[in-house]
Amino acid sequence: MDALDLARWQFGVTTVYHFLFVPLTIGLGVFVAGLQTAWHRTGREHYLRLTRFFGKLFLINFAMGVVTGIVQEFQFGMNWSEYSTFVGDVFGAPLALEALLAFFLESTFLGLWIFGWDRLPKRVHLACIWAAAIGSNLSAYFILAANAWMKHPVGYEVTGGRARMTDIGAVLTNSTALAQVPHVIAAAFLVAGGFVIAVSAYWILRERRADAASRDGAGTAGAPAAPGARSPAGGGPGPRAAGPSMWRTSLRAALVMTAIAGVVVAGSGDLSARLVHEQQPMKLAAAEGLRHDENGAPFSPVPGVEVPNLLSLLAAHDPRARVQGVEDIQRRYAEQFGPGDYTPNVPVVYWSFRVMIVFGMAAASLAALGLWLTRRRRPAPAWFARACLWALPLPTIAVIAGWLLSEIGRQPWTVQGELLTAASVSPGVSLGEVATSLAVFTLLYGALAVAEARLLVRHVKAGPAPSAPPPGAEPGTGPGDARAATAPLAPTLMY
Amino acid sequence: MELTTVWFLAIAVLWTGYFVLEGFDFGVGALLGVLPRGRAERGQALETIGPVWDGNEVWLITAVGAMFAAFPAWYAGLLSSFYLPLVAVLAGLIVRGVALEWRGKVTARERRLCDAGIMAGSALTASLWGVIFGHLVSGTVTAALLGGAFSLSLAVLHGAVFLGLKTAGPLRARARGVALAVSAGVLPVAALVLPALARAASTGPGGPAAGAAAWAANPLPWATALGAMVALAAAVALVWRRREGWAFTATAAAIALTSATLFAGLWRAPLPGLTLAEAASGPYTLGVLTWIALVALPFVLAYQGWTYWVFRRRVTA
Ligand code: HDD
Ligand code: HEM
Ligand code: HEM
Repeated sequence: MDALDLARWQFGVTTVYHFLFVPLTIGLGVFVAGLQTAWHRTGREHYLRLTRFFGKLFLINFAMGVVTGIVQEFQFGMNWSEYSTFVGDVFGAPLALEALLAFFLESTFLGLWIFGWDRLPKRVHLACIWAAAIGSNLSAYFILAANAWMKHPVGYEVTGGRARMTDIGAVLTNSTALAQVPHVIAAAFLVAGGFVIAVSAYWILRERRADAASRDGAGTAGAPAAPGARSPAGGGPGPRAAGPSMWRTSLRAALVMTAIAGVVVAGSGDLSARLVHEQQPMKLAAAEGLRHDENGAPFSPVPGVEVPNLLSLLAAHDPRARVQGVEDIQRRYAEQFGPGDYTPNVPVVYWSFRVMIVFGMAAASLAALGLWLTRRRRPAPAWFARACLWALPLPTIAVIAGWLLSEIGRQPWTVQGELLTAASVSPGVSLGEVATSLAVFTLLYGALAVAEARLLVRHVKAGPAPSAPPPGAEPGTGPGDARAATAPLAPTLMY
Repeated sequence: MELTTVWFLAIAVLWTGYFVLEGFDFGVGALLGVLPRGRAERGQALETIGPVWDGNEVWLITAVGAMFAAFPAWYAGLLSSFYLPLVAVLAGLIVRGVALEWRGKVTARERRLCDAGIMAGSALTASLWGVIFGHLVSGTVTAALLGGAFSLSLAVLHGAVFLGLKTAGPLRARARGVALAVSAGVLPVAALVLPALARAASTGPGGPAAGAAAWAANPLPWATALGAMVALAAAVALVWRRREGWAFTATAAAIALTSATLFAGLWRAPLPGLTLAEAASGPYTLGVLTWIALVALPFVLAYQGWTYWVFRRRVTA
């Protein structure tokens, strides 16, 4: 174990952690903006309540994205000073652009949105959440342009031991980035859609249980449903008989979003795979566990099973195309770059690839199925609503797996063909220092993860605040009474 | 002007903006357990910074991002050589950030935990910036500790003055008292720190102590340090005379002039043994960055300014 290993662990831990929150911010921001737009257009109360409810969950999550993002920006210099010096000329520009064009937009307008509910004209207030959501998505573009450059460096030359940018246009329109941006943003919408699906399904199930209980209660009393009976406060004031539950609205909207995201993620993933075939053959070989160069290479969905020619078809859209294998590439790289180990951790890359595709596409398929099941006012079947809870973890795991494929598959390079990871680390930083920071961040992040999860669960369970004091509402109208649960929580989004 | 100079100035401006803006966020945060009394007043105090603190923090992110892009070797050298203090800065920013965002969404008991986090995170980070930059320009532990004391007390004063400007009711009156009390500590520390900073900035730690020789060697840091001292004294007088807006202008000016003194020193040597020219990116990159900044910065300033306008009213409990 030396400082390099720890620095790599540190980068992995902190970046994966940052990316647990980022997709939800990217996708949920747009979703909340959409809900508020729907409220603005239709004036229907339940859109407002959904906006505020999901808005609050969005903000709890947003905080984590922000604070973990700052660590990302510093640690390139702290742990990877050789890397930073080498690439700063090229890599720094998109990061500076991100801060200047995206983060200012996002943070400023989010502040206006949170505190501006009663201080800004409705239209301006709506524009604020859109500006913040656009900021998040822009930031993804810039950081991905930086990341894509590490996989496929373009628009630069190396002079005096440093990469020098020669063409910003080439850096910002890198083919790798243009494939990665839709892929990652669609994956983020898949994550956010899955989150909304799971939360909505949870509430649909809960309302049904409450309804069933009140019907039973009314039945034993031998009276028609009590006039004052209402859904648990989360379900909204007024009997739901007045219309379908608002949770159906959010569920359907999220199903549409997730299903579309699934299509985009698969299409752009296919594009990415073809670029990887050209630009990072070792990564593709590792993802497939292909040992030797082959024409018409087979695809093995799990070890031991092979589908002839499928890999060539996927990688180059030609069943007879030549695909390079790990051992042959290793030999060629050793000739080209000098002796060394140029092979990434093959099992991790291989399995990450499969987990990404299977888990992510499972969530997208669930969404497509749900759209069919709930078509034309059909209520979601109970088994399906329960299955929807899986929409929360699946895409998140898929996204993380995708990044492991992408980053570990690039090893031993930080910049493909230009700079090795071993040559990137800060020479002056000691093992003890890296160990200290790794311990500090791991402990802090662990504690915050628990806190964030508990906070989200509590707010999901509490449900939306009632819009107006419901007439005749007495506190404690049932075991699941959410008003009681919300009582100790602050009533607004503010302090 | 040469692009290296332009970008050095741009980075100095970004850091200065960060110190001035986040300075009062830190001050308000550090005073949370002392100045406001009771739950309602604590909420009132935090509402003065609630809509803006995140935007203010982006000044830091932009400053650091601009260093990375324009002077990669400076960015890399600075961050890797202040490793452990920066870990503490990041921990402080993390704790303060989540505490601020979550505070309104938790139970009463957890809210007290958040308040503690806001106070500790603000005070820690505010002092650490002084420690880091104090050590950077003068290379001694004493200077680092003095720098930390100065940056913390300056932030607290700035925050108290800001609370006086932005709140109404009993909190406003008490903020004035606290500002006056704090200034009794700030002024002597400033009298120690500012000349030392000016000296280190003008000629390096070993240069002439003061007087005509020092001034002649490099007048700029001496002038800015003197300006900072004057602004501080003026701030105290203005607080006393209840000119809250002007007092805030004066504390902001004191911070800005201190930062200018600091960067005058970094201009000479951004890091021991490194010159700006060596650290800089190529002219092509600097040119691209310049165009982008010229287009984007006016918008950023306009909408951030607009935010302060939207929330211009005094916050009541
Ligand atoms: C819900 C998430 C999700 C889903 C369903 C998919 N991906 Fe993916 N994939 C990601 C989430 C992701 C990611 C986490 O967002 C990555 C990591 C780096 C990147 O650019 O996106 C990624 C990277 C990534 C890479 C590596 C790119 C590189 O390193 O340059 C390839 C080749 C693919 N994906 C291909 C696919 C294919 C063929 C899919 C077929 C359906 C697929 N992905 C589904
Ligand atoms: C946000 C999603 C990302 C995740 C989950 C992620 C994950 C990882 C992981 C796990 C490693 C360690 C690999 C190893 O040690 O074998 C790594 C390395 C690295 N990644 Fe990423 N990464 C992400 C995005 C990025 C982006 C956007 C950049 C650049 C802009 C980046 C830059 C790096 C660098 C510089 C390393 C060097 C350390 C190393 O190679 O070991 N990563 N990343
Ligand atoms: C694919 C990888 C990444 C994406 C898509 C991404 C996106 C985002 C987004 C959307 C935010 C907004 C705040 C939030 O999410 O709650 C954020 C925060 C942040 N990210 Fe990342 N990030 C990625 C990786 C990185 C890396 C590698 C860095 C390091 C340079 C970084 C730096 C930051 C910073 C400094 C913030 C805080 C900004 C603020 O105050 O809003 N991110 N990131």
